[in-house]
Amino acid sequence: MEKTPEELCKEREQRVRDAIQLKVPDRVPFIPMFEFFPAYYAGITPEEAMYDYDKACMAWKKTILDLEPDMYIGPAIFRSGPVYDALDLKQLKWPGHGVNPNLIYQFVEGEYMKAEEYDEFIENPSDWMLRRYMPRIFGALEPFSRLPSIPEQFFYYGAPSAKLATMGTPEVQEAFQALLKAARESLRWATVLMSFVKEMRDLGFMPIFYVATYAPYDFIGDNFRGTHGIMLDMYRRPDKLLEALERATQLVIRMATSGAAAAGIPVVFIPLHKGAEGLMSLEQFKTFYWPTLRKLIMGIIDAGLIPYVYTEGGYTSRLEVISDVPKGKVLYHFERVDMAKAKEILGNVACISGNVPNTLLCTGTPQEVRDYCKRLIDVVGEGGGFIMDASATIDEAKFENVKAMADFTKEYGVYK
Amino acid sequence: MAHDLVKALADLEEEAALRIAKEKIDGGEDPRRILEDARHALEIVGKRFESAEYFIPDLIFSAEILKAITEMVKPKLTKATEVKRIGKVVIGTVAGDIHDIGKNIVTFMLDVNGFDVYDLGIDVPVQKVVEKIKETEARVLGLSGFLTLAFDSMKETIEAIKAVGLRDKVKIMIGGGQIDEEIRKYTGADAYGQDAMAAVSLAKEWLGGK
Repeated sequence: MEKTPEELCKEREQRVRDAIQLKVPDRVPFIPMFEFFPAYYAGITPEEAMYDYDKACMAWKKTILDLEPDMYIGPAIFRSGPVYDALDLKQLKWPGHGVNPNLIYQFVEGEYMKAEEYDEFIENPSDWMLRRYMPRIFGALEPFSRLPSIPEQFFYYGAPSAKLATMGTPEVQEAFQALLKAARESLRWATVLMSFVKEMRDLGFMPIFYVATYAPYDFIGDNFRGTHGIMLDMYRRPDKLLEALERATQLVIRMATSGAAAAGIPVVFIPLHKGAEGLMSLEQFKTFYWPTLRKLIMGIIDAGLIPYVYTEGGYTSRLEVISDVPKGKVLYHFERVDMAKAKEILGNVACISGNVPNTLLCTGTPQEVRDYCKRLIDVVGEGGGFIMDASATIDEAKFENVKAMADFTKEYGVYK
Repeated sequence: MAHDLVKALADLEEEAALRIAKEKIDGGEDPRRILEDARHALEIVGKRFESAEYFIPDLIFSAEILKAITEMVKPKLTKATEVKRIGKVVIGTVAGDIHDIGKNIVTFMLDVNGFDVYDLGIDVPVQKVVEKIKETEARVLGLSGFLTLAFDSMKETIEAIKAVGLRDKVKIMIGGGQIDEEIRKYTGADAYGQDAMAAVSLAKEWLGGK
């Protein structure tokens, strides 16, 4: 008798949970980190994917039903073009807005936080973000840079009631209107995303995560100081950087725990960017990158949630360092890593996912893909603790190769 | 107190390096000599990078210090003090891709190692690359791309060079986040490199220079 969607959902959930907890699941789970692949596969452009919510959902539904992954990411990863338009976001270029409609969004490097602003950020992150950072990255909110701080705007009954005047100026009013427009659009997008989750659940599929957060070093480096800026900070102002990293840790833990609790999905996604091999020495990794990342991982675990630490770039030299986590509580994804070594060092501690090369999915043959998957399952899948995935998030890829990856994992990845 | 500019810069001692450079300039030392020392220091930095003692942040920091020293020295330079270049390299991030941190490090290291670099920037249309090669008669081309979308862009750019009959006149190297031997074959490039020093090695191999 055919299983009901509810049974299939429970089965998939159990399979993934067993893999992460280092128990032996019935088979190796298949959780491909698609980004714009569903758009290309379903025949819509990335621009349509970001602007037409119905098409975005259609693309994901088609991809999920045709490939039947054990869990999926979902249309949230496309982001909403209209929300970005309303705010006039400067940190990205995206299809239809600085990038060819057929290509994916791209990050615009910049020093959005001056080196002299560390103290302001540390003292009051919300104030600094509202009145310095947001005006720089959102063109529509530039007038917020002229707002006095909240304490300066406060008035009590005996004081003049003219203190809100700055907010009444036409340009600040316009900024608030833009924010309102973005917020309404964001609510519309969030509603679409939630109904997609429900629709797919009724078909037997659920998302792997709903909430994402940052390693503290990336929080500051990606968003505020920029790649150059934070690299130079390691040399020019290491103490200030360390202080800011501690401060950021509290913020990123909160990002993780509050959101996941609300969504009811326990996995928290942490993409790692600037700690990869080449981007800093192992010593710098141990000093600036790992300690606060570990605090984040522990904060997530203490809240009863599961950190999905998605390393990007090379991590073989860092395997020993990152093995210092509680057993059966963490999922580590790898891109460019000696996977046999990863199993050797981490196999008894954490679940591992990866690392079919995206280049193989783009330019290889199904047989080459199957051969690679076989090696992974034999070596990393030994005794459980392995989830099949690509090395990086998937945009361009031949469908036949992704299908080969899916089918082979389900046939060969069975634990007898 | 140290007076060795080469050591200070190679060791990334920013304050010491800038102080020593200023002392030398104020002391009337030949600006060419100061820049030679600085370039020598960067060669050491490059070697330490190749032996995995230094990493990208070290390259970027050394570039910052060198930039400051060059600014200090510039007013003292005359036309007669220009250095002869080994050869010309055209470089750019391919059409559709706007990433450039890696490419900028490559440009910097090629320049420091004596090459004349024509950096076309990011999201460079295929035609612009072809035109620059014609214009400069450069015999080395570097193509950079970070995302998987760069593969086809690189392939198209190389095919365009072939179409105008220039493919055998220029050696082509590619690099970037997702580049490997698979992609080198796919695009038709002559070589690929994992980092800036690989680019320098390839350029030296193809154009001469120690």
